[in-house]
Amino acid sequence: MTRRPAAAAVIDVRDLVVRYGPATALDRVSLHVDAGEMVALIGPNGAGKSTLVNTLSGILKPAEGSVSVRGRLAHVPEGRQVFGDLTVEDNLRLGGRRYRERDTTPVHAILPRLADLRHRRAGTLSGGEQQMVAVGRALMSRPDVLAVDELSLGLAPLVVADLVRHLQELNAQRGLAVLLIEQNARLALDLCTRAYVLEAGRIVAEGSSSELIADERVSAAYLGGVVADVE
Amino acid sequence: MSSELAGYLLTGLGTGCGYALVGSGLVAVYRVTRVVNFAQGAFAVVGAMCASSFLTALPHGIGELAAVAVAAVVGLLVGLVATGTTPQSALIVTLGLAVFAYAVEVLVWGDQPRSFAGLPGAVSIGDTRVQSHYLLIIGVTLPVFAGMALFFTRTDTGKALTACASNPYAARVIGLDVRRMGLLAFTIGGALGGLAGVLVTPVQQITFDADVTLIVNGFAAAILGGLTRPAVTLAGGLLLGVTQALVAGYGNAAHQTEIALGLMIAVMIWRAARRPAAQEEPA
Repeated sequence: MTRRPAAAAVIDVRDLVVRYGPATALDRVSLHVDAGEMVALIGPNGAGKSTLVNTLSGILKPAEGSVSVRGRLAHVPEGRQVFGDLTVEDNLRLGGRRYRERDTTPVHAILPRLADLRHRRAGTLSGGEQQMVAVGRALMSRPDVLAVDELSLGLAPLVVADLVRHLQELNAQRGLAVLLIEQNARLALDLCTRAYVLEAGRIVAEGSSSELIADERVSAAYLGGVVADVE
Repeated sequence: MSSELAGYLLTGLGTGCGYALVGSGLVAVYRVTRVVNFAQGAFAVVGAMCASSFLTALPHGIGELAAVAVAAVVGLLVGLVATGTTPQSALIVTLGLAVFAYAVEVLVWGDQPRSFAGLPGAVSIGDTRVQSHYLLIIGVTLPVFAGMALFFTRTDTGKALTACASNPYAARVIGLDVRRMGLLAFTIGGALGGLAGVLVTPVQQITFDADVTLIVNGFAAAILGGLTRPAVTLAGGLLLGVTQALVAGYGNAAHQTEIALGLMIAVMIWRAARRPAAQEEPA
């Protein structure tokens, strides 16, 4: 199920090269995410994962290759990056600004906690709450695909489990495609059906999550060397 | 309170409003673009000079507004040049543009002080008389600050500007055009600077190099609030204006600026001492 041409791809990246001055951050990366699919991108710090997402959302420009996104892509950036000076409600509204989506009720329906917090300044919230604001802000644009950069970083396991449950619901009920970038490879591979492994700017492995979990090298590098049970 | 003191306070508040407007222009630009705009004082000079020309043909109100509009356009032009580079280089770029503005101003309006009539008449406080125009300055500035506060906290565009100020990276993530927002901030900065020039010129003649006094005092007012807080900038501007008026009134007018700026440094040192040494980066 890997490397097939992606006819129904919402994200289609081909031979992407991104450079920071003389340094090459991404070197001929190709990947795709199909409609309604959950795909993980794992790899060590500095591998270029965030560079890839920043290129997908148009913040960085490709030096070579192509990036195509069909429909709306929303980006949940690493480190949550909420607008700390603004209220939760304002954070959400700004998320919908690009597509003139102003109604926050659909997002409140998905993440009810954000309705309770609507008048709080985002900068005063806990890390988990801020991550929820960042996800809610991204959902405001009614995206076809969500690129989540480090969902779990710095968050307590229970908070992560809650966020993961929300992502799974969105995927199952609304067909939202997800590209999940994660340090926590175990979490990412459990959640997603397919995954790519990015190291030093190159895709070094790809396949279904079960294939990658069974792969000794991937297992040793990212799963603590224990070949896990595959559900 | 003696009528003399009341008079100094009133003129001081009027002058301080000018500093606060220039300072808030700096704040508007810095918050969104991280550029310290040294051309901010030039906006005031351009506004004042234009008003002095326009008012020979246009009625009061229209002439002043047109001058503020020109200053806003000049702000946009400076922004176009300054946002094309890094904030560090932009500082030098704006300084260069401010010097370039001297040449244009001297060419168009000459090097002699210019002025124009403001609100006529004077108000009497006991046996002290103060030009009514000072009341107009205060009466325009305070609603402008209130309006800016509403704009930045209540309108979509204002919130988008605040978002760019709060987290430029996240602003890009959600698809805000950060450069365009920066240009809007420069335009607002131009209008605020122009307004300062238009308002203070009837009580203080303006020359092409008057921007130095305005920018130094405006910067002092703005830096009190870390270049990011309009309300503190207003307070700082008023404090500077009043201090200068009191020093000039009861002491020596030749030292009014030095003493007022000395006071600002003292306030800044006091504030810095109260702040914890290690500050957390806002999330």
